Amino acid sequence: MTDQSVIEPSGSKPSKRFSRGNIILYGTLIVVSMYYLLPLYVMIVTSLKGMPEIRLGNVFAPPIEITFEPWVRAWAEACTGINCDGLSRGFWNSVNILIPSVVLSIAIASVNGYALAHWKFKGSETFFTILIIGAFIPYQTMLYPIVILLREIGLMGDLAGLVLVHTVFGMPILTLLFRNYFTSIPEELFKAARVDGAGFWGIYFRIMLPMALPIFVVAIILQVTGIWNDFLFGVIYTKPETYPMTVQLNNIVNSVQGVKEYNVNMAATLLTGLVPLIIYFISGKLFVRGIAAGAVKG
Amino acid sequence: MTTTSQDDARAARRPIRLFRNPMAKIASIPMILTALVVFVGGTAWTVVYSFTDSRLLPRLNFVGLDQYERLWSTRRWLISIENLAIYGICSLILTLLIGFTLAAMLDRKIRGEAVFRSIFLYPFALSFVVTGLAWQWILNPDFGLQEVVRRMGWEGFTFDPLNNPDIVMFGLLIAGLWQGTGLIMCIMLAGLRGIDEDIWKAAKVDGIGTVKTYVRIIIPMMRPVFITALVLIASGIIKLYDLVVAQTNGGPGIASEVPAKYVINYMFRAQNLGQGFAASTMMLVSVIIILVPWAYLEFGGKKRD
Repeated sequence: MTDQSVIEPSGSKPSKRFSRGNIILYGTLIVVSMYYLLPLYVMIVTSLKGMPEIRLGNVFAPPIEITFEPWVRAWAEACTGINCDGLSRGFWNSVNILIPSVVLSIAIASVNGYALAHWKFKGSETFFTILIIGAFIPYQTMLYPIVILLREIGLMGDLAGLVLVHTVFGMPILTLLFRNYFTSIPEELFKAARVDGAGFWGIYFRIMLPMALPIFVVAIILQVTGIWNDFLFGVIYTKPETYPMTVQLNNIVNSVQGVKEYNVNMAATLLTGLVPLIIYFISGKLFVRGIAAGAVKG
Repeated sequence: MTTTSQDDARAARRPIRLFRNPMAKIASIPMILTALVVFVGGTAWTVVYSFTDSRLLPRLNFVGLDQYERLWSTRRWLISIENLAIYGICSLILTLLIGFTLAAMLDRKIRGEAVFRSIFLYPFALSFVVTGLAWQWILNPDFGLQEVVRRMGWEGFTFDPLNNPDIVMFGLLIAGLWQGTGLIMCIMLAGLRGIDEDIWKAAKVDGIGTVKTYVRIIIPMMRPVFITALVLIASGIIKLYDLVVAQTNGGPGIASEVPAKYVINYMFRAQNLGQGFAASTMMLVSVIIILVPWAYLEFGGKKRD
């Protein structure tokens, strides 16, 4: 189940290039690909049409007259309730949530993983087990107690509060990721550094951190997509002025007031999906590795 | 003098347990707090308060199982549970089927494997909100798929799941499968790649057909992968919330309500905390029912070996 095994296919070799089986195989794959590509295509096409053209034609037809106005309107003018300053506000809110959340959650989880791998203490495994079980508890059971906790420390409705929530809920999977990685680093290396007098932080910053760069990239991919796509925590722990992009998008598209502007809605939807999509297409194999690490536990 | 140096030596040899590796413990405080305060404490708090009559604010006035009785006699909750069951069973079977079939096809040493894999997996990078809104538009009865087919000449064609209470969950299912099958395909593919090439050679020598080899040999060998996939899909299904909010917002009427939405509505909109706590406790119970057999199979089984 390791990622290097992904390179080698194990199925039997197809005998001829254009055998009947092959045609069926490729045909099926292409038809299925169309189902997966269809929504993206429809979103792009719709977002480039004017409203009269949308009312006339069909969703699958390419635009006769390409217009970028819906994108501009989605970014700067789309309305949520009485505010008409577009998705840009949500975008910057999401950025403001994303950066500290990613940094804090990864910093804490990497130290956790390191402590769990090389500095085991009495009870450390118990806490880790609780953390992993916690990943399976439905968020709904913990939502309200966290509201109370945030209210007590004065961060309810504040972006800092949401950052804490993302750090807490990102912790199980990230800690697991780092723990597994640090466990694979040879014990001798750790012991040699101990003999040389390096302490907890010395070993972490000088030896572990430089060696763990690939796993940090995986963690960043995992967290950026996860936090950017979050809706539930955003809607509960922030106020309308600080709503992240996903929440604002939903409010724009599903608002009941006014005439529905489908082209603006689709442009807004694409804008929101753009960040994780870009990350996905840039990171390629690492994204696969990230989700495989996230998925295959233990 | 000698006694103190001896004491020092003993102290150096056997320091007090709590203060050994102090840095490691201090650094683990965020993890310990998360585990104990949020995960254990938060869950226990919700369970305890589900037995109270809390409304706008939580208060400890115990009323026994009243909230649960009310919960199970509320039509909205029963519909939520039924919806989740329909969605869950279909999603579980179809995700495993599609995920495995796609992985098996990609494992046939085909050209352009990376391209196909990227295409199947990219929806997984998108949020449920984006997924829901995109499919809401495609399934729009006036401009979407239905209208296109009608204009092509099939006048009577009707496919309007988002406005038909009977099939609205399948409208959500189409979107959910689009978003989630890529992940399972990826896991299945990794599992298939972990299978020894010799198995295939042996099957070929014995004259066993490809499909039969998959069903009889490969799938039984991939049991751990299937269990992982199963747990993953199941825990995702229970969380189903964003997709519903974006695509149908529970409608038409309350035909596509789900438990997670019920909880949030009662906690943060209807200001009936007790109901919300009871419903979320039921969600917790259902997770436990799913997880305990899995944990038993995974960890209990290993100990016996």
